Amino acid sequence: MAVTQTATAPANTRWTEGWRSFRMAAWLGWQIESNWADPFLFFIYSVVKPLASASILVVMYSIITNANFENPLFPYIYLGNAFYIYVGAVMSGVSWAVIDDREHYKTLKYMYVAPIRIPAYLLGRGVARFLTGSLSVIITITAGVLFLKVPFNPLEANWPLFFLALFIGVVMLAMMGLLLGSITLLLVHHSWGIAEAVAGALYLFSGAIFPLEVLPNWIRPVGYIMPITYWLELLRRSLVGDIAQAFPTLAGFSNLQLLGILVGLSLAFGTLAVFVFRYCDYHARERGTIDMVSNY
Amino acid sequence: MSELAIHTENLGRIYKIRGNKKEKKVRKELVALQDVNLDVRRGELFGLLGPNGAGKTTLIKILVTLLAPTTGLARVAGHDVTAEPHLVRPCINMVSGGESSGYGLLTVRENLWMFSQFYGLPSKEANQRIEALLKKVGLGDRIHTKSSDLSTGLRQKMNIVRGFMTDPEVLFLDEPTLGLDVGASRDVRGFIREWLDEDKSRTLLLTTHYMVEAEELCDRVAIINQGKVLACDTPANLKHRLQRDALFDIQTSPLNGLKAPEIEALAEVRKATVEDVEGGARLKLALVEEAALGPVINVLTQKNVRIVNLTKREPTLEDVFVDLVGKSMAEVEKNE
Ligand SMILES: Nc1ncnc2c1ncn2[C@@H]1O[C@H](COP(=O)(O)OP(=O)(O)OP(=O)(O)O)[C@@H](O)[C@H]1O
Ligand SMILES: [Mg+2]
Repeated sequence: MAVTQTATAPANTRWTEGWRSFRMAAWLGWQIESNWADPFLFFIYSVVKPLASASILVVMYSIITNANFENPLFPYIYLGNAFYIYVGAVMSGVSWAVIDDREHYKTLKYMYVAPIRIPAYLLGRGVARFLTGSLSVIITITAGVLFLKVPFNPLEANWPLFFLALFIGVVMLAMMGLLLGSITLLLVHHSWGIAEAVAGALYLFSGAIFPLEVLPNWIRPVGYIMPITYWLELLRRSLVGDIAQAFPTLAGFSNLQLLGILVGLSLAFGTLAVFVFRYCDYHARERGTIDMVSNY
Repeated sequence: MSELAIHTENLGRIYKIRGNKKEKKVRKELVALQDVNLDVRRGELFGLLGPNGAGKTTLIKILVTLLAPTTGLARVAGHDVTAEPHLVRPCINMVSGGESSGYGLLTVRENLWMFSQFYGLPSKEANQRIEALLKKVGLGDRIHTKSSDLSTGLRQKMNIVRGFMTDPEVLFLDEPTLGLDVGASRDVRGFIREWLDEDKSRTLLLTTHYMVEAEELCDRVAIINQGKVLACDTPANLKHRLQRDALFDIQTSPLNGLKAPEIEALAEVRKATVEDVEGGARLKLALVEEAALGPVINVLTQKNVRIVNLTKREPTLEDVFVDLVGKSMAEVEKNE
């Protein structure tokens, strides 16, 4: 792979540059995200939309199972779907920044010319979507507990495991976003959000709303190499302990084992993202796509 | 600190242009820059003058680390732009004219402040600089305006402040006055000159296709056409080459089919260009001797062309361009 042989900067400038890139990008992302000219739109987007999609799922579930809400499959589906909101939010929060800055604000070239670390900058741009995504997740789960008897008891939940898994997972999703954002650097004639497409596709393959056993044999490996699969399982288990049996293949793994797999796969994807970024960054400069506008 | 702010050696850039879907395999190559050798000293205000498509933006993009060169090398502030982009970036800044970039939902101050933070400027100092610079370009009362509420011209001024704000060692301005009205252009030119004169270690490279801008503003000018640097010198020296010629502008009634080559064919006529203007034409002549004017006027009279106005003038960079390329810049752009 022809990756630039750049002389490396001293570690301390790398960290200061990285940190200020991340911090200011998070600030910018929040300004953009919270700039809903109309609070009504914000309400629709962050509250109504996730609740509506959860309701559709609940209705379908209740028709298929004759309203058997006692089955552990129900909280499995409900929580999986709720946490999946993070997948689209964080991945697209990070990767959409490339298109937003390049095509809409026309500032990507100025960011590039500035002494910042582009990966740190892109990751920072995802923070705001993580926050608004969290709001949607909390509202969806609260509604489920209050109105649909999702069997969740805050006193019995394994909170340390929950927050640990959540943290690892969000970092992992941000790195996936970086991977997709890097590819976006080279895609000039497609300005749709590649992250939404990927999130949509993985929805079915990551055990979000049904265990992978339901899928045909040949497609299951897609789900098993995705860290998202183990992440969702850990979140569900940490909140509702006896849900584990709903996912037969993973039922045999302990929490610690799942955590190990999640960390391992996250590291693998994180490393991949860094290399993909370097590759795409190099080729974006080769081809001159950094300031290209595709008139969408 | 290296004496040279910018140094290029045989710098070249080829764009590969992919065909459309049907002709995906067909790849054309476009030579946008070829063998560019330039040295810009610290403290210089250097201009790149050339018509549309000459390669000016391409050269700037390479120098600011946005685009990789295909051949040759370039150093900015002593660092190689290909191998050490992260060392070049803290030393430079860049502004492109003729576009409206920026975060419309942020105010003018917020836009600029954010960029200052990316450069690691202390927040307080940044705010002071921003205020002072905005006042200077006449945006002082718009500091709290959302930048989406600014006109294109004012947005460009904000963008220009973004470039100067970080006090770069080398500043790159790509057509800084493109799209600005006459008054605003004059302000910006004045501002550029002042900034450079304030501190002799500052260097500025700008591109333009306005002759006057290059002539009035720049210490040295490189004339560039079709990716090649044809000449590089002070405006005075460039014009000096033509001093031996006698230059005339003749305004006439319509030329009735008379073409520039026919006039150029006359003895002692070094160069003739024709420009259509309302109600007639403008003929620009470079004559080896003043006496050659007689035969030209004879030809015009034979073709029943009336002379409306005739002036003798001093050479400009426009004449230098015509001398180098054989056509005026307007003609080159028309044939694009
Ligand atoms: N990304 C690109 N892909 C293919 N060709 C390009 C690309 N960018 C520029 N070119 C071509 O390279 C040549 C030089 O372009 P460049 O933009 O550098 O010219 P310029 O001197 O800045 O012109 P202008 O005055 O119009 O801004 C032109 O022929 C242009 O069409
Ligand atoms: Mg240009």
